[in-house]
This record gives sequence, structure tokens and C-alpha cells, in this order.
Amino acid sequence: MTRALTLPLSRRSVLAGGAALAATTSLPRFVQAQSAQPIRLGFQLHRTGIGAAYGRWYERTALAALKVVNEAGGISGRPVEILFEDDATDPRRGAEVVEKLATQAGVDLIFGPLFSHVVIGSAPRAAELKIPYLVCSEGYHVASGKLNRWVLQPGITDVRAQVTAMAPWVTQNLGRKVTMIFPDYAFGHDHRDFFSAAVEAQGGEVVARIAIPPTETSFTRYFPRIPRDTEVLYHVMVGPAVLSFVKELGEFYGTGPRPQIFGFIDSLEAVDIASPGLQFLEGSHFWEGQCRMLQPDASDAERFYRAAVGVDDAGAAVEDPRNVSCYGHMFSVWETLFAIKQGMEACNWRGPQDRQAFVEAVEAITDMPAGRERPQGAKVFNARLHQAFGHQFITKLDGGRLVKVHETRIEDSLYDSDVDYTAMPF
Amino acid sequence: MRMLALHLGVLAVLAAAQFLLPAYHHTNAARIMVLAVYAIGYNIAFGYTGLLSLGHALFFAAGMYATGLLVDRGGEPWLALLAGLVAGGAVAGAVGLLALRTAGPAFMIVTLMFAQAFHLAILYWGGFTGGDEGFTLSGAARRLGPLDLADPTTRYFVALALVSVAMLGTLALVRSRLGRVLVAVRENEERTRMLGYDTFRAKLLALMLSGLASGAAGSTYGLMFGYVGGSFAAIQYSILPLIWVLMGGAGTVLGPLLGTALMFYLIDLSSSVTTASQAVVGAALIGLILFAPRGILGTLRERGLRGLP
Repeated sequence: MTRALTLPLSRRSVLAGGAALAATTSLPRFVQAQSAQPIRLGFQLHRTGIGAAYGRWYERTALAALKVVNEAGGISGRPVEILFEDDATDPRRGAEVVEKLATQAGVDLIFGPLFSHVVIGSAPRAAELKIPYLVCSEGYHVASGKLNRWVLQPGITDVRAQVTAMAPWVTQNLGRKVTMIFPDYAFGHDHRDFFSAAVEAQGGEVVARIAIPPTETSFTRYFPRIPRDTEVLYHVMVGPAVLSFVKELGEFYGTGPRPQIFGFIDSLEAVDIASPGLQFLEGSHFWEGQCRMLQPDASDAERFYRAAVGVDDAGAAVEDPRNVSCYGHMFSVWETLFAIKQGMEACNWRGPQDRQAFVEAVEAITDMPAGRERPQGAKVFNARLHQAFGHQFITKLDGGRLVKVHETRIEDSLYDSDVDYTAMPF
Repeated sequence: MRMLALHLGVLAVLAAAQFLLPAYHHTNAARIMVLAVYAIGYNIAFGYTGLLSLGHALFFAAGMYATGLLVDRGGEPWLALLAGLVAGGAVAGAVGLLALRTAGPAFMIVTLMFAQAFHLAILYWGGFTGGDEGFTLSGAARRLGPLDLADPTTRYFVALALVSVAMLGTLALVRSRLGRVLVAVRENEERTRMLGYDTFRAKLLALMLSGLASGAAGSTYGLMFGYVGGSFAAIQYSILPLIWVLMGGAGTVLGPLLGTALMFYLIDLSSSVTTASQAVVGAALIGLILFAPRGILGTLRERGLRGLP
């Protein structure tokens, strides 16, 4: 057995001595002022790098939610502030940003990142600093159990839940023989593995899995590998190359018969669906975390949320129709802020000394009903997985509009797992 | 002797800083010291030998993955750390045997392509490497015998020890016969060969030493911060040490440490005051090229500090 090396005179002891002296004189004033102190939340923002389009809308959504929270009295009557810090969508910088927000800015907790590698790269530092880290990602990394007890995802479902929920509808309505086209890295592999399993559980068959290298810019040479008997083409291409992908797919099939097409809106977040070259997608279906275009049966809560963030009925910024939102994902920021409010109020949050109590309070949440706090819809929080489960939407591109054709139930997205974060130490 | 005292003085200041720095800057300093080892390694190839590589992320990531994969599968962390060093040096040697048949822009392209191939291999075999998402290292995997690298004080001193070895090792190298040959290769390879030196062997040795330091940095960085990921093998991690070295002063022993620290804080501070932090970094680099093309310490050496190694 080994023991950690400790030094007789540590940096902490030198600094702590000075800090204690200073605190002795300032303590009474601090205690008096504490109840009126604003709650400060750190936001790890993809302002630059490959996640910048998401970052722009995540920031906008967070500010809109913050305004609503503060106008309704803040959290436990205390005003709330958000400090945004750019992580450049890079895991190394992400961990540095966690450090900066926690130890320099002194925020109470951190939330907001989307990209999986940033989340996974930052999570160890969040655990070392013992600061709650609430992510708005959708990869299967929180629920997989590979992270730690300080990481929670109460605002969006993970990709495994998404594909598990949708596979039955795809096989029953579009076809049973599926060819998958996906990027050849972790996000695509999650789709490949979990969608394949879900399709086969429905009696369907994945007839081909076509992995596209991430550096690819032209896709024509991959299309002949699509088997002729394919009934559904499932694509999850992400990034700027998606426009070339769709255009070349259209050229490949021409005006002849083609399989049904089912894609993830991730491919087209922040992209105008009416962009030149995307006409070939007319009639195809999409997964959307939340319907980008306002549906006739949209709830009052969804309309309130849309107006608060400043998104028009087509899913673009009200002040600029060319600025298309990341509507299928950005609700997670809004809902995560309200989950933070719920957790803080449940644990009678006073300050950083309550961070562990906050995690336990969020773990105690189960039902998350629909409403202004959750405009995407009701959710169920699974404390063992630190993961929310909710509804999914399938839309069809019809006359240039994404029209909802199906909404999955929460139960459709559940899956078995032996992960249990609540058994992990803090 | 004065120069040795200067370098020891810098290390003494870093040791003293451990007791004085606030928490945020304390961890930053540990990060900077490890990344500076990467820059020091790059400087051996680029600054002293004139080998402009665009593929050093390969050596950094080779060290990081050799160590990370071994400890993740239950390997002894000390042995895994050693494997990281060996991986960095050995991969650099293998790449050098092929890439050093070229020179100039061709060398840049060949090294870049090796690094890109490695990056794509990490993504392709994601089931084994963790792909672009990477993987985290458990607490047990980060304990080097009695040294718990999750502990801030221990982490700081391990980083300080590493940068001390790298810096003093470079100082010894550049003052050695081999070091003078490397500089001769940089200044005029043809003449050096004419004088009877095996310049291919010298360049290969330089690249291997460079890879060894890069691998050590990658290996230690993974253990210290508990994460191994494909982004560390991407092209920007080949560009970063070049920028750090250029800023601090190519061909100076202290330049890589200074450049790494300055770039780190330039990004950190500018992101606190403006959303256009990348523009600030770009402007700083343009200013550097216009007014101090030899980097900060390189310029100081030109303007008076002639003995600076």
C-alpha cells in the first residue's frame, strides 16, 4: 500500500495562514452580506472552435433563461449571474476553463458544454475541484459511467436513448433494411452501435454500415456501397461537409427511385434547411430534440421559450432570418439552468460548502414535469445514471417545412444499465 | 558559469512560486511547465538543428497514449511513464529515418502526414484508443509510487522536476560537442558534412531527443490531469510548440518556457476581456514577426545578452 507524499510546509498552509488572518477581520461583514450575495454560475462556452455555432446559441439561450429566472426572484431569492468563458471547443482549454471559473472567478458551479471531448477532458478536473459540472451534451458518456459523481446531465437525453426511442418508428414506418452512413469517430460509433442494436431488436436489419473518415470532403465514392435493397438510409453527418454530402447524394440517385432517408438534425443545426443543395432532402425525415419550426400543437411553454430566446416560427433569430438556431439542442441550456435552480433550492444553497449537497439534491429529483422550466417536454431523471430521459421528435421535410410526424414517449428511450453514480464516492 | 546560475535561478524562482501562487495560477504553472517541456523538445529539433517539423503532435501523443493506455489497463504507472518516454523517442527515430531523407518544405509535409496518419488512426481504432472523445484516468492510475499526481503540491513539484531535467539537459546538450554539431547543421549542413560530420546521424539524434522530451511531456500531462484524448494528436498541437518557441526565442534554452507561459496567459487574459481573444493572439503573433522575429530572448541575445545559450 502506498501513501501520498505530503510536505511539511505546503503552499496551502502558507496561503491558508494569510487567508485566515484576513478572514478573521472580515468575517462579520461577510456573514451579514452572504444572503444577498448573487449566485454565480460559470458557463463553459464553445465560443470559438468547431462548436462555435452551438456556442453562439447556447450563450443566447442561457442569457434568456437567466433573465426569466432573475425576473421571477432568482434562486432562493438571490440574484443569479452567469460568467461565460470560451473553451475553444478544446478539451485541454476546457479543463483550464473549469479551473479558471472555479478557482479564480469563484463560481458556485459550472454548466453548459456540449462537445463530448470537452466534457470528458474537463470532468476529471471538476471532480478534483469538487465542483458540480452540469453538461448539455448528448453523447453517451455521462450515462456510460465513465465520468464521476460531480458530472450531471439533467437537460437533454443521450444518444443511446435517442436512437433506442426512434428505432421502432423507423422500422415500422420507413423500412426494415437500413444502411447507416456515419462519421468515423465516437459520435458516429455511438449511433452505429446503439441504432444497430435497436433496429435488430425490432426485427429489422442493418444491411451496411458506411463509416466516413472525418477529413473527407467528397462522398461520391462511398455511395456505390449502399446495397440496392436498402429501404432506409440513416445519416448522421456533422460539420460543414454535410452540404456536399446531401448534394452528392442527390446527384447519385438523380430522379430515379431512392430509399427513405432518415437523418439527425445535428447535421443541419444552424443551417438553413432551404440552402441550395439541400433540396434532395425534401420528403426525408429527421430526429429533432425539439422541433425547429413552430408546430401547430406547440405548448404555451414552448411558445414562451421561443419568444424569450428570440427565435421566429422558422427557427431563426427574430432579428435576422439568416441566423438559424441550434433549436434541436439548445433547450438543454435553458432546462439545465432551471434544474440548477431546483437543486439549489432543494438543498438550501448557501455557497460552495453546499456543492455536495447540491449533487445529492439533483440526484433526488425524479419527475421533471413539462412547463416553462422544461419547454422541450417532461423528463425523468435517473439518479444512478446522472441522466435525464425525455421525449424525442421525428419530423418530415414537407414543402420546405419540418413537420412533426411522431413524438416518442419517455418510456421508449429507457435502456438497461448497471451504472450507479450514487454508489461512487465524492 | 553565469549562465548556469541564471538557469538555476529561474528554477529556484519556480520552486519558490509553489508556495506563493494562488490556486488558479498554481495549477496553470504546473500545466505551463509540462507544456514547456514539449516546447523544449521542439526547440532541440527546430531551434538548434533547424528541423522545422509540423508533426510533433505525433511524439507528444505517442507518449500520452503509451502511458495512458498502459495505466488504463492496470499497468504500473512508473513503467507506463517510462514507456511514454520511450514511445516518444522511438517514434521520432522511426519517423526520422524516413522523413530526414527530405529537407525544407518536404520535411514539413512528411512530418505533418505522419502526424495526421497517427491522429486518424486514433479516431479509426476508437474502440481501443477512446477515439476523439478520449478517456479519463482513475486516481489509482495517477499515482507514481508515493506521488499522487492529483495532489496539487505533488503535481507542481513533478512538473518542476521534469522541466528542470529538460532545461538543464538542453543546456548541457548545447554546450556539448553534439550540441555544437547540431548548431553547425542548422547554420550550414553542407559545410558541416564537408568537415566530416555525419549530419544525418546528428539530425536523427536531435529528432530522437526532441521526441523523447515531447513524449515525456505528453505522458506526464496525461497522468497529471487525468485525460488522454485524440485532440492532442491533432495538427494544432504540432503548431503550438512552434509558436511557443518562436515567441520565446528559437535556439535559446529559456525561450520555450517563456514563450509557453506568455502564450498561455495571452489567451487566458485576452479571453477575460474580449470575446475576440483569437484576434488578440493573432495580432500579438504578427507583432512578434514584425518587431522581434527571433523571439523575445533571441532579440535580447542580439541586443546585448550575447552569452545566452
